[in-house]
Amino acid sequence: MTTRIDTRFAALKAEGRAALVTFVMAGDPDPSTALEIIRALPKAGADLIEIGMPFTDPMADGPAIQAAGLRALAAGETLHGTVDLVRAFRAGDQNTPIILMGYFNPIYIYGVDKFLADAKDAGIDGLIVVDCPPEEDDELCKPAMAAGLNFIRLATPTTDDKRLPKVLSNTSGFVYYVSIAGITGAATPDFGKVASAVARIKAHTDLPVAVGFGVKTASDAVAIAKGADGVVVGSALVDTVKRSLDADGKATSTTVSAVTALVSEIAAGVRSVKK
Amino acid sequence: MTLQQTLNSFRTGPDETGHFGQYGGRFVAETLMPLILDLEKAYTAAKADPAFHAEMASFHTHYVGRPSPLYFAERLTEHVGGAKIYLKRDELNHTGAHKINNVLGQILLARRMGKTRIIAETGAGQHGVATATACARFGLKCVVYMGEVDVERQKPNVFRMKMLGAEIVPVVSGSKTLKDAMNEALRDWVSNVEDTFYCIGTSAGPHPYPMMVRDFQSIIGKEAREQMLEREGRLPDSLVACIGGGSNAIGLFHPFLDDASVEIFGVEAAGHGVASGAHAASLNGGRPGVLHGNRTYLLMNEDGQIAEAHSISAGLDYPGIGPEHSWLHDTGRVTYLSTTDSEALEAFQLLSRLEGIIPALEPAHAIARAVEIAASKPKDHLMIVNLCGRGDKDIFSVAEHLGGME
Repeated sequence: MTTRIDTRFAALKAEGRAALVTFVMAGDPDPSTALEIIRALPKAGADLIEIGMPFTDPMADGPAIQAAGLRALAAGETLHGTVDLVRAFRAGDQNTPIILMGYFNPIYIYGVDKFLADAKDAGIDGLIVVDCPPEEDDELCKPAMAAGLNFIRLATPTTDDKRLPKVLSNTSGFVYYVSIAGITGAATPDFGKVASAVARIKAHTDLPVAVGFGVKTASDAVAIAKGADGVVVGSALVDTVKRSLDADGKATSTTVSAVTALVSEIAAGVRSVKK
Repeated sequence: MTLQQTLNSFRTGPDETGHFGQYGGRFVAETLMPLILDLEKAYTAAKADPAFHAEMASFHTHYVGRPSPLYFAERLTEHVGGAKIYLKRDELNHTGAHKINNVLGQILLARRMGKTRIIAETGAGQHGVATATACARFGLKCVVYMGEVDVERQKPNVFRMKMLGAEIVPVVSGSKTLKDAMNEALRDWVSNVEDTFYCIGTSAGPHPYPMMVRDFQSIIGKEAREQMLEREGRLPDSLVACIGGGSNAIGLFHPFLDDASVEIFGVEAAGHGVASGAHAASLNGGRPGVLHGNRTYLLMNEDGQIAEAHSISAGLDYPGIGPEHSWLHDTGRVTYLSTTDSEALEAFQLLSRLEGIIPALEPAHAIARAVEIAASKPKDHLMIVNLCGRGDKDIFSVAEHLGGME
């Protein structure tokens, strides 16, 4: 089984550069603006798109992504809405990989089998579900892989060499290395440590390794892109959405362009690193 | 044939993956997974070490004040005119609630693991006070996460924690109550993995917490069992306890689960009534989902978004429940009832006036149903109600509800 994620990483490897993975929240600040933002991302330089599934209790996320999720929920976003969002995006883009990222409960309540079928049908390529570690693989990971979706696992600074094979065993698409022991959007990582962690993971797997958490600027992205196969930017983008809103929290004429401007800047940084 | 009839024992859970039937589990971020595996290993070793139990027993006797009395509530019994009502007086423990039983166990474990910084979430503040107390006793740094709403309605406990040297972090995310305090504590733990021990206050969270907290609280039921045998020469006929996360209840219930003659009742907080939507009754008004590391009954909307719980009692104001209770509910071994805010207020006054014991609002929920159940039972029926906390912390908010003190 080859997914859009596999195809994209293979193409970028041939091109000799790292991937830019952009995270935005479904339904933030409202469903139609979120669709506009996501439609504009590939042209701005995003190679893969992660879309957050809003949840009331995002235990691994910092204030920026917590707030983005709450804005989306307040604007009426649901998991069904998020699946439809991808379906609408897919109508105009058959190639950019789409990964949904979030927490298990909304998927569990949607119904795992129904969700996986709908996700596949809508053109979703992979899932990152923060609170489904390898110990709970029967819940979602294995059914997702059987349904033809990539299940992308997080490896963290606390995942030692002994545990790494377990984390990698049912992982596909790529490995998401969490650069810090912490929540999203927190401290800037120590780039030297990240590079050695990426090398350590690569010794255990042939999958591409993307790095996220704490990547805020083009220069952060350049530093990460030297060693990793992908750079994930999330909190910086949802913060940009937030700053573009008017006093009532509504989208303005600059919301989409502010996000694409930052993505272009970071994409230029990622593309400047030749491998 | 019901599930209850097919089980040999209700006391063998959880299985090795941390499940009670379909409930429980380890739904945590990868960063925390190695930590909870370490914790499980350390707890298993401590559980098998007589020195750990001896240390805990010594602190129970000399610091906590155990065993807590099993008190025959004579005037309450006369007033009701039915079953003989006994109160298991865990409100007499040091710090005024059952919470210290669990905290003591976890802090002794944290010390064995070489952890120097303790974090906790708290709702009513009782678990926060117990944690701050034990940290003061052992010279450990203590950080307590408490929803901003709860900081406001539980001021006396906030002050106590500060006196004990704890740092209180008011939580402003989400609904600003217990569930959000738990989210924030988990975020802290993810960010401070080297030196920090997360002391969870109830029998919920990822495995091994529900099992470990239950084990530490089971001292309540073990004592009550012995005390009742000594007093009446036989086991009680029924048990009643209130349930938020459910740690005092599972502590009382667990040693009796295999005694088929003992009827067991858990009492959830119905707030303004389960039908009103403003309640904290996960079993009576929720359905199974996944939050805070475990699968259990939760309050949520049709999209799987967690709902805000409501209860007059900050300690019961949680949209979930410990996974073992979810399993005991499904198997039918325990019957789960509920009590509204106003019924709890009445019971609060009733016990104060008849027995000279001001209960916390949490066990007042249990008293309300206990009185009703007792009235339907014969006079030789023996009932134990878990009086898991004292009401000092609640007098101001009760006064507000009752229209001030005269």
